[in-house]
Amino acid sequence: MPPTGRATDVLEVTGLCKTFGGLRAVADATLSVAAGEIVSLIGPNGAGKTTLFAMVSGFLKPDAGTVQFQRRDIKGLRPHAACRLGLARTFQVARPFPNLSVHHNIAIGAHTRYRRRNQALAIAAEVAERLGMASRLDDHAGSLTVAGRKRLELARALATRPRLLLLDEVMAGLNATEIDDIVAALRGIRATGITIVLIEHVMRAVKSLSDRAYVLNHGRMIATGTPAEITRNPDVIEAYLGHGAAARLADGQIDA
Amino acid sequence: MVRRHASLTVKSMLEVTGLHAGYDSLDVLHGVDLAVDEGQVVALLGSNGAGKSTLNNTLSGIIRPRLGSIRFSGKDIVGTSPEYIVASGLIHVPEGRRIFPNMSVLENLEMGGYRRGRKCRARNMARVTEVFPRLAERFSQLGGTLSGGEQQMLAIGRGMMSEPRLLILDEPSLGLSPLLVEEMFTLIGQLNEQGLSVLLVEQNVFQSLAIADRAYVLENVSVTLQGASADLLDDAQLRRSYLGM
Repeated sequence: MPPTGRATDVLEVTGLCKTFGGLRAVADATLSVAAGEIVSLIGPNGAGKTTLFAMVSGFLKPDAGTVQFQRRDIKGLRPHAACRLGLARTFQVARPFPNLSVHHNIAIGAHTRYRRRNQALAIAAEVAERLGMASRLDDHAGSLTVAGRKRLELARALATRPRLLLLDEVMAGLNATEIDDIVAALRGIRATGITIVLIEHVMRAVKSLSDRAYVLNHGRMIATGTPAEITRNPDVIEAYLGHGAAARLADGQIDA
Repeated sequence: MVRRHASLTVKSMLEVTGLHAGYDSLDVLHGVDLAVDEGQVVALLGSNGAGKSTLNNTLSGIIRPRLGSIRFSGKDIVGTSPEYIVASGLIHVPEGRRIFPNMSVLENLEMGGYRRGRKCRARNMARVTEVFPRLAERFSQLGGTLSGGEQQMLAIGRGMMSEPRLLILDEPSLGLSPLLVEEMFTLIGQLNEQGLSVLLVEQNVFQSLAIADRAYVLENVSVTLQGASADLLDDAQLRRSYLGM
C-alpha cells in the first residue's frame, strides 16, 4: 500500500521526452506533485502541455523519461490500468455519450472500479450531488451546455475514485460566474484528499487555486514556483502572459 | 447619374428583427432584435445556454428561424442556403474549431477559400499567413495533430479565406494563452480597421467590450441588455453576472 497521510510525492516525472515526426513536443520535462497539492501547468498553445498529460496518463508512450505515481513506475501502463491505480484525466473537448443520461455517463466512470450496476449508479449520484448536478441526473448529456458538459467531464473522472486528477482546461469557455463555481468545486475536491494537476489558461483561476505552477514552453519547463512568482517571471511574461495580462494580474484586476 | 439606392440607404450590414428559433418544442430565441452596422464590432454576451450559438447558426442558415427576418446587406436571407450566405460574405467561424482533422493545414485553409477565385485565394492566403505565421510553418501537418490553440487559429484562418464582409466569431479566444488572447483581440481590431464587420461571441467580457462598439446581452431566449460598450462596462448587473465583481 502506498503511504498515506504524509506529504509524499504523488506524481514524479523526470526527463520526459516525446517527438512527433520532426517536432519535439516535450523535451526533458520534469515535475513533481505532493499529495493534496493543486498544481497548475501553464504555457503557450502548442507548448506540449496536453502531450505531457497524455504521457503521464498512459495515452501516449514517452520516448524517454520516467513517470512515477505513488512511488510506482507507471510508464507504459495503459490508461485504464493507470486509472485503476487512481490516476484520472479529463479532456479539453468534453465528449459525453450524448444519448445517455447524465447519471449513466457518470456511472461509466464508476464502472472502472465497481462491477455492480447499482453500486456504480449510487456512486454516480453521489458525485453528481457533490458537483451540484443532482437535478440534472436524468437529462440527456447531449442537452447540457458547455459549462454542464465540462462539469460532467469532471464528474466522470471523479467517479473513478482517483487519488490524482489531471484536468485539461476544465474552465475554457466558461464565464466568470461559472468559473467561480468550478473553482469552488475543485477546492472541495482537494479537501477530500485528491491531488489535482490542471492545465489552464484562465489565470484568475490559476492564481487563486494553485499552490504551485509549472510553465512549459516549446516542450521545456521554463519556470516553476508559486503563482505570484510565475506571474512576475520575465520569461513567462514574454512567452506566455504578454505584458498586458501580466500588468492586469499585478494590479489584481480580475481577468487576465 | 445612377443612384445606388441599396448601398446608400442601408446602414445596417446585418439587421435581425423579431427572430424566433429553436429545436423541436424548445424555444431558444424568442423575438431577438439585433443589428451590426457596417464597419462595427458588435459583442454578443450571455451565459452558456443563453442561445448565442443558436443565434449564430440561424444567421448562417444552418437553422431555419420560425419567425422573424434577417437582412444582410439589405437582402432578406431567411430561407436561403448556407452556401448562398457564405457567398454573400457572411462567414461564421463556429465554436469548437471544427477543422478537418485528416486534412493538412494548407488543405483546411483551401477549403475555406474554394468558393473564391484563384487570385482571391492567393491574396487571402497571404493575409492569413501574415496574421498566423504559425500556420505557415505547419502547412503540411495534419489539422488534427495541431495543438488546441493552433486549431483555433486554423479555424479563424479558414474563415478569413472565405473573404468575409461580416465575420461571426464564436468564442475565438477559447483555449488560447493570455498572450494569444491579447493578440487575438488586437487582430480582431486590425481586421475591423481594414473594413471588416465583426459579430463577436465571447466569454472574455472585459476585452470584448474594450474593442466592441456595441454589445448585446442574451439571456433566457431574448436580449435583456444592449448598448454602447462603454455604457455596458459600467452596468452593475452586467458586472455582477459576467465579470464576477
